[in-house]
Amino acid sequence: MDLQLDRTHDGKIKINRPTRGQKSLKWILIGTALFTVAGFFMMDYSGLVLSQAIADTLSNLYQMFLQPELSQVGFGTAMSQVVVTLSLAFLSTILGAVISLFLAFGTAVNLSKPWLSTLIKGVITIARAVPTVLWVLIFAIAAGLGSIAAVIGMMFHSVAYLVKAYSEAFEEIDEGKIEALRATGSSYWQILFQVVIPETKSYLISWTFLRFEINFGVAVAMGAAAGAGGIGYELFMSSTFYYDMNEVGMITIIILIVAIILELIANRLKVKA
Amino acid sequence: MSSKSSTQHLSRVNIIRKKHLRLTIAVLIILGLIILAGEITNYDHIDGLVSIPAAISWLFSNMLFSAGTLANFPTVLRLLWETILISIVSTTTASVFALIFALLGSQLTQVNTFLMYVAKLVASISRNIPVVAWALILVLSFGTNSATGFLALFFATFGFLVRAYIETIDEASSDSIEALRATGATYPQMIFKAVLPGSMPQLFSWTLFMIETNIRSATLVGLLTGTGIGYLFDLYYKQLNYEMVSLITLSIVVAVLIIETISNRIRREII
Repeated sequence: MDLQLDRTHDGKIKINRPTRGQKSLKWILIGTALFTVAGFFMMDYSGLVLSQAIADTLSNLYQMFLQPELSQVGFGTAMSQVVVTLSLAFLSTILGAVISLFLAFGTAVNLSKPWLSTLIKGVITIARAVPTVLWVLIFAIAAGLGSIAAVIGMMFHSVAYLVKAYSEAFEEIDEGKIEALRATGSSYWQILFQVVIPETKSYLISWTFLRFEINFGVAVAMGAAAGAGGIGYELFMSSTFYYDMNEVGMITIIILIVAIILELIANRLKVKA
Repeated sequence: MSSKSSTQHLSRVNIIRKKHLRLTIAVLIILGLIILAGEITNYDHIDGLVSIPAAISWLFSNMLFSAGTLANFPTVLRLLWETILISIVSTTTASVFALIFALLGSQLTQVNTFLMYVAKLVASISRNIPVVAWALILVLSFGTNSATGFLALFFATFGFLVRAYIETIDEASSDSIEALRATGATYPQMIFKAVLPGSMPQLFSWTLFMIETNIRSATLVGLLTGTGIGYLFDLYYKQLNYEMVSLITLSIVVAVLIIETISNRIRREII
């Protein structure tokens, strides 16, 4: 019996043969690593003195996290600004969720026509390609800077995200259950509200809350970058206008605590789903 | 007999009625919260609805670019490239660190419990401080150049990827780790022969996802720190040069779509 054995260059018997995917992954990883190294040399570092910058950052971080203190804004104001940010996140999430629910019915391939599914997916891909801050600023031209632009602008990405999550949950429903209801002569809406939604309820809640968690971070960003108000605006003012690192620290810690609480709730909902 | 069936029937009616009641209460609470949140933020639902068609039609009406606008196109491309570069480089660098922290932080591949909690805590802090906070903090000491954007994206990406990587490792390698442990494999053998080969395609897929996300985040960071395409957008936005605003938005959309197409093709190749 003549067995052909592949050997490595030092004479050991090769025990695995990479698949096509593994081979291409290897080259893609090497390519990415080379691009990263090259990228470091291509970036623009004008005006950067690295040692000074690191020393300054460390001293800033020291002031922020070891001597946090509110000076320009009171604690009550800070808290009410957190509530404003949470409200913005809540509004864009819940309004987005309602829209997404109906769009997801049209996107899930088992509940809809193929052309409709492709159409909605296409529109959503384009809507998602625009950064949230640009959406908010574009809406600010039509509605003025403020909560309307922020909520509507943030809604676009929420819808894009939730439609994908919802429709994937819908597509996993047992086809037999839908078939059974169709056989009894149930209408389209009866199928949706008696089978599809009850079956996927815990997934829908879990995904929606996850988006709420993300939107809190986005709402902070919109407060800082697009005049949406809330705690993000205070953060922007205390760092860019007052250079008050102690206050920046306190605000960052407040945001951090809220974000971690939201993350813990989201994790708990995800485990239950 | 008949009384029993009638009580069963009644209780079933009660269950349905209770379900309806619970649903109604949930809907009412959500509606109440929507109204409350609207009051707190001065959000007007009708104005909000009206602004959607207004903004979209505005966006398209500014898309007939004049020659003067198109003359700026090379600048747009240069800054767009700078932004793409920052987002790719920060994601790949962060992914290397995230992989180490994920291996330390995963229940399956942890070295010891103390390090596991440290790794998870560091990741949680770095992901829950919003990217704007990182940007605003770093721009004060690093100034308006690519390094600020790179670092801000690095920290946020790092934290997110650790969480995603831990989940991937836990999902992909629980069986193979048990099998290798039973044969008496050492820790490095386990990592390099089972965990990494098994989960690498999925890990890389997360990295690609973060590159896509970071191109959008880099625009935000650029807007705050005065670098890249975000800076250019802000500049023309404040000058009310809406044709340029449209051109920049369109370029970003095209860039994001191209990168999504490339990464989808890579995903299909490796998974």
